[in-house]
Amino acid sequence: MKRVYVNEEWCLGCHLCEYNCAFAATGETDMAKALQGVEIHPKVQIEGDGRISFAVSCRHCDDPICMKSCIAGAISKRDGVVHVDKDKCVGCYTCVLVCPYGAVLPAPDGHAIRKCELCTDNACGEPACVKGCPNGAIVFEER
Amino acid sequence: MNYVMIGNSTAAVGCIEGIRSIDPKGTITMISEEPYPAYSRPLISYLLQGKTTEEKMKARPAEFYEKNGVTLLCGKRAAQVDFGRKAVVLEDGEQIYYDRLFIATGARPFVPPMEGLERVKQKFTFMKLDDAKALEAALTPNSRVLIIGAGLIGLKCAEGISGRAGSITVVDLADRVLPSILDPKGSDMVRRHVESNGIRFLLGDSAAEFQPNRARLKSGRTVDFDLLVLAVGVRPNTELAAQAGCKVGRGIVIDEHSATSVPEIYAAGDCCECRDITTGQNRVLAILPNAYLQGETAGVNMAGGEKSFANAVPMNAIGFFGLHVLTAGSYDGKELVETKAGVYRKLVVRDNLLKGFILVGEIARAGIYTSLIRERTPLDTVDFELLKQKPQLMAFSARSRAVKLGGAK
Repeated sequence: MKRVYVNEEWCLGCHLCEYNCAFAATGETDMAKALQGVEIHPKVQIEGDGRISFAVSCRHCDDPICMKSCIAGAISKRDGVVHVDKDKCVGCYTCVLVCPYGAVLPAPDGHAIRKCELCTDNACGEPACVKGCPNGAIVFEER
Repeated sequence: MNYVMIGNSTAAVGCIEGIRSIDPKGTITMISEEPYPAYSRPLISYLLQGKTTEEKMKARPAEFYEKNGVTLLCGKRAAQVDFGRKAVVLEDGEQIYYDRLFIATGARPFVPPMEGLERVKQKFTFMKLDDAKALEAALTPNSRVLIIGAGLIGLKCAEGISGRAGSITVVDLADRVLPSILDPKGSDMVRRHVESNGIRFLLGDSAAEFQPNRARLKSGRTVDFDLLVLAVGVRPNTELAAQAGCKVGRGIVIDEHSATSVPEIYAAGDCCECRDITTGQNRVLAILPNAYLQGETAGVNMAGGEKSFANAVPMNAIGFFGLHVLTAGSYDGKELVETKAGVYRKLVVRDNLLKGFILVGEIARAGIYTSLIRERTPLDTVDFELLKQKPQLMAFSARSRAVKLGGAK
């Protein structure tokens, strides 16, 4: 299946993917209006040290340990996408404890989690992080 | 193939999914004491808090059993396993024959003998949905609740009923809360936070004698109460497996294939003991992820597939009143500790391996640490100085990241 893959040699560490991710989740049409003065909570995160940087988001594992460990039965796989039912999630963070990529994050309200669902959970259609990446440092493809 | 399962909780869900990943056709018969489809037991405190509902607590959608061709015998109790004839005998005398048997009988509350306990009318345990319902039915805004046990169950119960009771007092023989997963420092931080939410602790003390509404403690102190919750500990339900001839220690002994010592009998979950890779010792790891993974492993192997679950570690994600606590592994080794306002972090290192950690208050990306423990990653192959600061993939080699994030093989 198509996943978001990282070409870390191309990453500029510009954090645009984080902004595009947060923007896609708002459902708004004007990025400046939607995000101005707002603390963003993206589902993709840039890691790096100034020399090397790269984006980290859910790998949509074939055998997702988060799903198997979820105490609420809130995580499932839908057409290959690891999906969280926020209504079932109680925010215990067992998934945060087991994700080897550190790609499952607490939701800002503290009562659930947030994670990349490849923009199947918004109107974007395809991953907004990839669409907005200026340098091809993340791609959405089969590998 | 004829599969029979005893016990219908998380391990069983894993087992059903494991069987069906290999064998779509074999018959599956489920014997279950509880009158419910599988639900998440750790959610009962969230139910009392109003953070979930009985419907949402279901482990799988309503059609799960039908879709997987499982015949549910709810409200039935297995009395005996006749492993010679490969049959389970139910309490009502009915016999069910198996080719492969799965035992997931879970655990039950351990109530030590305490003087006068029989005089207490309003007493409860806190493991199952019916326990939570019974406690809720008795609870009033004026109830003085006494909880015996400041472990995971006792504290989650306290949080669950907080704001719905007149007062909540927790007594524990140990001198600190959550002694099974926290060191004194982490424990102290959690206790202070829980106390600031109106829960009273009497630690290093225990109940010496009960009157119907009063406990006299060893220290001589008395606590008046309306409702008593017994959360001292749990014991694996091993009797059925022992009677079937399975080797039993503290729990049913299973190997990495979730096989017991008796051919064609498998077991998983809170009734079992297994090897903790951080210590090399066998122990009961009564945690939900373990139950699922052992159950799934059993299911695959029962159906003739090949699956191994050989890296079990103790781990817990738990929170109280917004303070989150994530722990994993064991704590025997060199300690690296960091404390700051609202945060306690401890990593434990031994033999070039991360063996365990405690994270209180700052828990983001903890799974990177857990993975180092489970994969037994030699610490000299990663940049451990970076990992000490926080969990991050930057600490791994570019090659390793290419595999993790770039899909490289």
